[in-house]
Amino acid sequence: MTRHLLSAADLSHDDAVLVLDTAAELAVLADRPIKKLPTLRGRTVVNLFYEDSTRTRISFEAAAKRLSADVINFSAKGSSVSKGESLKDTALTLEAMGADAVVIRHGESGAPHRLATADWISGSVINAGDGTHEHPTQALLDAYTIREHLCGGVGDLNGRSVVIVGDVLHSRVARSNVLLLDTLGAHVTLVSPPTLLPNGVHTWPCNVSYDLDACLSKADVVMMLRVQRERMAASYFPTEREYSRRYGLDEIRAQQLPDHAIVMHPGPMNRGMEIAASVADGPRSVVVEQVTNGVSVRMAVLYLLLGGNEPAIASGRGGANRD
Amino acid sequence: MPTVTETYVIRSVSPLGGEPVDLVLAEGRIQQVGTADVDPAATVIDIDGQGLIALPGLVDLHTHLREPGREDAETVLTGSRAAALGGFTALHAMANTEPVADTAGVVEQVWRLGRDAGLVDVHPVGAVTVGLAGEQLAELGAMADSVARVRVFSDDGKCVHDPVLMRRALEYVKAFDGVIAQHAQEPRLTEGAQMHEGYISGVLGLRGWPAVAEEAIIARDVLLAEHVSSRLHVCHVSTAGSVEIIRWAKSRGIDVTAEVTPHHLLLTDESATTYDPVYKVNPPLRTKADVEALREALADGTIDVVATDHAPHAVQDKDCEWGSAAFGMLGLQTALSVVAETMVETGLMDWAGVADRMSIAPARIGRVADHGRPIAEGEPANLVLVDPATRSVVDPASLVSKSRNSPYAGLELPAGVTHTFLRGRPTVFAGSLVDRSHPDRGTDE
Amino acid sequence: MTPTPDRVAPDRVVLDSAEIARAITRIAHEIVERTHGAPDLVLLGIPTRGVPLATRLAARIDEILGNAGTPVSVGSLDVTMYRDDLRMRPARPLLATSLPASGVDDKPVILVDDVLFSGRTIRSALDALRDIGRPRTVSLAVLVDRGHRELPIRADYVGKNIPTSRSESVRVSLAEYDGVDVVRLGDDAAEDVLGDDLGAAPDHVTDDSASPDAASATTDGSES
Repeated sequence: MTRHLLSAADLSHDDAVLVLDTAAELAVLADRPIKKLPTLRGRTVVNLFYEDSTRTRISFEAAAKRLSADVINFSAKGSSVSKGESLKDTALTLEAMGADAVVIRHGESGAPHRLATADWISGSVINAGDGTHEHPTQALLDAYTIREHLCGGVGDLNGRSVVIVGDVLHSRVARSNVLLLDTLGAHVTLVSPPTLLPNGVHTWPCNVSYDLDACLSKADVVMMLRVQRERMAASYFPTEREYSRRYGLDEIRAQQLPDHAIVMHPGPMNRGMEIAASVADGPRSVVVEQVTNGVSVRMAVLYLLLGGNEPAIASGRGGANRD
Repeated sequence: MPTVTETYVIRSVSPLGGEPVDLVLAEGRIQQVGTADVDPAATVIDIDGQGLIALPGLVDLHTHLREPGREDAETVLTGSRAAALGGFTALHAMANTEPVADTAGVVEQVWRLGRDAGLVDVHPVGAVTVGLAGEQLAELGAMADSVARVRVFSDDGKCVHDPVLMRRALEYVKAFDGVIAQHAQEPRLTEGAQMHEGYISGVLGLRGWPAVAEEAIIARDVLLAEHVSSRLHVCHVSTAGSVEIIRWAKSRGIDVTAEVTPHHLLLTDESATTYDPVYKVNPPLRTKADVEALREALADGTIDVVATDHAPHAVQDKDCEWGSAAFGMLGLQTALSVVAETMVETGLMDWAGVADRMSIAPARIGRVADHGRPIAEGEPANLVLVDPATRSVVDPASLVSKSRNSPYAGLELPAGVTHTFLRGRPTVFAGSLVDRSHPDRGTDE
Repeated sequence: MTPTPDRVAPDRVVLDSAEIARAITRIAHEIVERTHGAPDLVLLGIPTRGVPLATRLAARIDEILGNAGTPVSVGSLDVTMYRDDLRMRPARPLLATSLPASGVDDKPVILVDDVLFSGRTIRSALDALRDIGRPRTVSLAVLVDRGHRELPIRADYVGKNIPTSRSESVRVSLAEYDGVDVVRLGDDAAEDVLGDDLGAAPDHVTDDSASPDAASATTDGSES
């Protein structure tokens, strides 16, 4: 049985609900004086972060520590990694250290797959973001946040309408979310200029639109993706001003949303570009909760993969190849 | 070059799949075709050709031997061994070595290394531009006049994308019956590209290499070739759209020839879902529809030849993440088997067709005089004997290349080479390499 | 698991619904007596079936006290994360932990479970409680004590002592989950054992996870 979480497609509907339910139980831990459970005592979790990401790394670190695991951090700067040591050699070192799980964030799509399939390590591989491919735990904490606000914190996301706006082409958050939200029964609409949509997106399990305004009145959730200014230089859009005018979530657009709708963002935000500062800080925004929920969700993933003698989720439904 | 004193009698072999005959090879030539009649006093080696097919020795228009510069991945010697085992008697070694083969000096060096290895006739390809930089024409004439007698020029690895430079190159080589072999890839449309741009690249998050980047260059080049009345060769055609453009060009009488690799006849972009860089190649593996169009085109002659684009890479250049890995696959040793699997077993082509696409036509395009000849009395004895009925699983350990990046590892493929003859001397005998020039590094397997 | 041709001997009923109700009432009285009116009492049920038992006990205690006392606090304490047998099977789903708002610090806490067997569940509960706070006292109330302790744990309040052999199974059904109140004793290893963590599964065998090398098939370890 595969013991990795590489893609949101690795999770069946029941797996995903189990993760969310488990995260809900673990969330209460945050209110206790002793924020620790003994469950992963004696296990070693390695954070192998080739890309700088303080937020995600800290989130995984907190999750592992709250389960009493030993945590080792490898980050790119100033380590053998930055001196050009290959992924393979780094992996062999981690195996020699007895890593039970490797949480890997890498700039290349597919790096976690190589780690999981190349026989370099025997532990579990958890994808914390690979290139422009996927970021499954982000999708899980997003789903958890939506469930808390709109579904009473139980069950799945059946029938909820989620609009994801931004640079889908380069977004691993978008890919994982499309897969997971569909698995959980939500209806997803991707909104983006045509240049920032991947080839074949019209066959993905979602709708596609170039017109943000048309999608607002029925949206239960609006998820804004980060748009990098560098994309302008490659002519994906002409100017920041035009992008922001056509695809930015400003105050006026925020007011078109139904009363119950929430605004999300995986961070870091370009205030003023894809999202107005007032909306980012406004009453609909759940951005801060997303971060908090990240710890509980990652604890749930670590527990369900490592807590028993076999994983309780991700029995290999198959990664990228969805029909 | 050792002189050949043995006479070989191949009994009841089927030339190009036709009626069985005996072949007698002596003094470097095919002495007899028909019922063998040999002097009983002569030293004769008998080969039982029953069930075997005789083809003219295969000629590869597109190989990377990596020497000089990347001898850790392959050398002229190790590449020659792979070629011989694959049934080749001649090959064209691409110019993207270190240093680049853009002068008479480098091409002569490669030519000599081929002669010293003595297992296959190595014809160096000359670069079109200095250093493959795409800015200034290399001394094409000097390379043509050198002892290597270069006739095929290519910047393969890179595209001659500047239209003026491509025009000049097409015109210039007419003086010595040369041909420009274009690696068609519009560089701006493929910056950072990792795999075919399609549904799968969208899902995998790998930057796409769109078909139009190949087709647009081919469309431009056939029109240029027509305009300057020159011949053009298109390397490794990989898309259905490219096939249509070439078909159109030929119908207009444009002197264009085209090649397809074995891997583009068999594999698709589905392989990339494993993120295993053994499937990373340039041009990339494309869709099922492209594979089918390429097979049909090879069958009807729109695509003239199969060329391996044999691209060895050292282990560390492939044993890594997809994005960091080098592009390319091995091909020499398995080419015939893959063509048998995709074209002969499917009924698209017969063995005569294989002889044409893998020997006769490439020899003609490369202006290689003594290969791709008919199996007839008096012709040079450059032959390969193939057992069409055998099937075996590709085992990476049995590949004689220095590198291991074959995408066919573990696949069962038909058609094995039993014997390869280079000017009447066996380089492969009963399935094993015969390496007389280097007895200490001789027979394998 | 030794296969039986079919369920030849139907399970014997060892407690019917009336007996269960009386047991709960008796325990409630005992609790009120020993705690001198149960001030600040916190009842924590161990999921799954410990929870409705705790709720019923609390209701009974409130009845006994009339309006004299404040309602008894009730909560649930899931011990999954503290089990000592986690590494022996796939990770189990977590069950609800819900603590009263006033917490457990300096309060008398009574853990409530349906069956006491090896004692490991209760030991896990003590570990869990330790990370939550510092109760003044911790006691244990169970509906059935079936013997075969593997740790020095004992119940302070017992509904019924039922001596069993290791190969027998004790099945507790409660109306809140199973539609009926009854405790049955079965002979076989029970193919349909589902274990106590899966909520409202009918006719389950409550676990108090016995030592894994016991041939006993009554633990919820048997079905995986």
